[in-house]
Amino acid sequence: MGTITLSKVTKSFGEVQVIPPLDLTIDDGEFVVFVGPSGCGKSTLLRLIAGLEDVTSGTVKIDGVDATTLPPAKRGLAMVFQSYALYPHMSVRKNIAFPLKMAGMEPAEAEKRIAGAAKVLNLTDYLDRKPGQLSGGQRQRVAIGRAIVREPSAFLFDEPLSNLDAALRVNMRLEISELHQTLKTTMVYVTHDQVEAMTMADKIVVLHAGVIEQVGSPLELYNNPRNKFVAGFIGSPKMNFIEGEIATKHNAATIGIRPEHISLSTKSGDWEGVVGVSEHLGSDTFFHVKTKAAGLLNVRASGEVSARHGHKVFLTPDTSKIHRFDKAGNAL
Amino acid sequence: MARSVTSQRKTINTVAAWTVGLLIFFPILWTILTSFKTEADAIASPPKFLFFAWTLENYAIVQERSDYMRFLWNSVIIAGGSTLLGIIIAVPAAWSMAFVPSKRTKDILMWMLSTKMLPAVGVLYPIYLMFIKLGLLDTRIGLVIVLMLINLPIIVWMLYTYFKEIPGEILEAARMDGAGLREEILYVLTPMALPGIASTVLLNVILAWNEAFWTLNLTAAKAAPLTAFIASYSSPEGLFYAKLSAASTMAIAPILILGWFSQKQLVRGLTFGAVK
Amino acid sequence: MATQHSRSAARLMMAPAVILLLGWMLVPLTMTLYFSFKKYLPLRGDSLANGLEWVGFENYVRFVSSSSFWPSIQTTLIIVGGVLFITVILGILLAILLDQPMWGQGVVRILVIAPFFVMPTVSALVWKNIFMDPVNGLLAHLWKFFGAEPVQWLSQASLPSIIMIVSWQWLPFATLILLTAIQSLDSEQLEAAEMDGAPVLKRFWFIVLPHLSRAITIVILIQTIFLLSIFAEIFVTTAGAFGTKTLTYLIFQRVLESQNVGLGSAGGVYAIILANIVAIFLMRIVGKNLDA
Repeated sequence: MGTITLSKVTKSFGEVQVIPPLDLTIDDGEFVVFVGPSGCGKSTLLRLIAGLEDVTSGTVKIDGVDATTLPPAKRGLAMVFQSYALYPHMSVRKNIAFPLKMAGMEPAEAEKRIAGAAKVLNLTDYLDRKPGQLSGGQRQRVAIGRAIVREPSAFLFDEPLSNLDAALRVNMRLEISELHQTLKTTMVYVTHDQVEAMTMADKIVVLHAGVIEQVGSPLELYNNPRNKFVAGFIGSPKMNFIEGEIATKHNAATIGIRPEHISLSTKSGDWEGVVGVSEHLGSDTFFHVKTKAAGLLNVRASGEVSARHGHKVFLTPDTSKIHRFDKAGNAL
Repeated sequence: MARSVTSQRKTINTVAAWTVGLLIFFPILWTILTSFKTEADAIASPPKFLFFAWTLENYAIVQERSDYMRFLWNSVIIAGGSTLLGIIIAVPAAWSMAFVPSKRTKDILMWMLSTKMLPAVGVLYPIYLMFIKLGLLDTRIGLVIVLMLINLPIIVWMLYTYFKEIPGEILEAARMDGAGLREEILYVLTPMALPGIASTVLLNVILAWNEAFWTLNLTAAKAAPLTAFIASYSSPEGLFYAKLSAASTMAIAPILILGWFSQKQLVRGLTFGAVK
Repeated sequence: MATQHSRSAARLMMAPAVILLLGWMLVPLTMTLYFSFKKYLPLRGDSLANGLEWVGFENYVRFVSSSSFWPSIQTTLIIVGGVLFITVILGILLAILLDQPMWGQGVVRILVIAPFFVMPTVSALVWKNIFMDPVNGLLAHLWKFFGAEPVQWLSQASLPSIIMIVSWQWLPFATLILLTAIQSLDSEQLEAAEMDGAPVLKRFWFIVLPHLSRAITIVILIQTIFLLSIFAEIFVTTAGAFGTKTLTYLIFQRVLESQNVGLGSAGGVYAIILANIVAIFLMRIVGKNLDA
């Protein structure tokens, strides 16, 4: 229950091909995150799975059944939208009941499921309110409630947290992860935020210009990015890329080193530089350091480090953590 | 940010606006007042404003002379029927244009609007002949169809503008929730667009109610609505101000009352959905 | 957003409206075109069943060469232009007035929009008799009160009178659209201009008026559609006498009063051409504005 297989799927809008032939398998019970910069085709891919858009060619199978031409209603999937897409004229109860009503479920059974979902999502006290009277987080939960009552074979999330403020986003992230542990249903989640991807996913699909750059677990992507794009996209702050002499020394066109894999010292090290901007977060300190040898580098130091703007510092990369790339940007 | 205004300024605004407002409304007010006068008071010189012998006899005479209720009923059926029929045809069309737009959508919309510019008089005789052939002359159903057709472009246009304000994601959510096209339109789109639909209905009821070309030229006795009822008072014989006023008041009262009760929707509708 | 499925559904759901309007446009239009090339006088025994005599462009030539043709075009344009001019100017002034803070704004708004509810036949009759009658009309009383000779409104000043009646009916519409547009103007823009030292008139000219341009376009478009075919106001007040015969009314007379269908149809074709010239012109402007 809940495997989704895309084979040789393409999508064109008019003359423009937004998704070149693409294969992907999502296993039952997996939490898969599609991540990529805006315009990379991740939402389009989700909508192809949902049936809100037609594939131009290729097939979409859900649970082994060819669903390529099935309308969204017949695919047994539930979706949570970016804007939540709650029905503003219906109460929370009616919103959650809507898919059940469409499925023609007995009112008594429907009522039981609604009560169950409301309890899980802490919505019991709000069932008779209209969406307009709820906070952003509550609306989000209603949208999720509307999705879970149907007991779909998979959940689709389209950037569901992007309209929430930062604190709430962290909370909801946890709630969705917990929900996944409880329900053990397949979830496909689209986001442009790599932190969300890293924290929630079993499997991350990195997309760029409609092409899958890499598929793997969060740590796989972090430790062994297949190319420069994935290396730069996964991880925060961004990986430093160094070209030229230093790269040649490592037999590569470009080398990458993550900010957390560079150590900073005020006394000695490989590369000498001057601190430009320093961001003191308490737990960490981020530095932008201008070096002669390697150019501008981001460095992350653990805890409070007292170097400030204009200070002279020395940087030393952890050579075992260096990523090497060829001219085309592929990892060596 | 509303700015605080001196109450002197506000008083001047109020006086000016009320003066202009009353001036614009005066012809209607005067007609209503005159309808309660005796014929002698109605043409008294100098005119009597409020101090005259109030009477209801004009209304009784008008009703007796020309069976007001029959005309009223025709107006209600024709205005209501044509609007309802128009809405039923326009909602699916506006849904298509608003949510599944294609390259030609705007052209179609513009073309529809341009049929509205077709001068009625240019096609009067063909319509007249067809009506005779089809037995529709002087029938309510005939007028319902014609008025529906002449207002259809406006109904489609207005609904289109209102539908466009509804985010497409909500309709997609309904589709994901298992709603078919019919359920999507019936349970989600229509309730959400209800204020807009109400405005559209109101405006078109008024336009149809007041339409005075086809209603005058395609009816005789049976299906004649209030526009024809009042036109029968234009002949000079038996023209008396008080009775004319009573008939006029009776012709415009239903719409005036409807308009005042639904002011908010109407104001929205009056802008044809074109200005927010 | 669209799948093949929803696109075909959309086409299907648009079909009734499109087909109906296409039929409503094409069928009578074809018949009108056909009649316009025929001699068709039903009262003299011409009928479709017996076949009509083909007369080529004779009807077209006769219609244009009739002494009433050019005056009727002129009258039409004067009425449409006059009403547009008055309603737009007064509409802007009134909208600005109603936008000011005041007591009883809602009630004033109702008073101002009321004329729109009045059916054209009623307003024409009421104005003609109760207000513009040279003996018993209220305006005559007013003139006498100031010691002036009452005006024979509908015979001596027939066109201005009709323009006035029609303007009274359409002023509410113009005011309301313009008022809605003014209310959507961001007041910070005006405050910024005030900070920049722009006096009231300049603020109006450089900020308010450009902001209203879209609304003014819409007022002109919609009113023109309706004004080109005004009928009841003339039918009831002057019946086309005293130089108030518009093109619409002239055709009406040819078809229904003199029962010359061929000639009237040729006139109808002219009216359609005139309407289309105006339409193309207006659609250009509105088409651009509709995207915004």
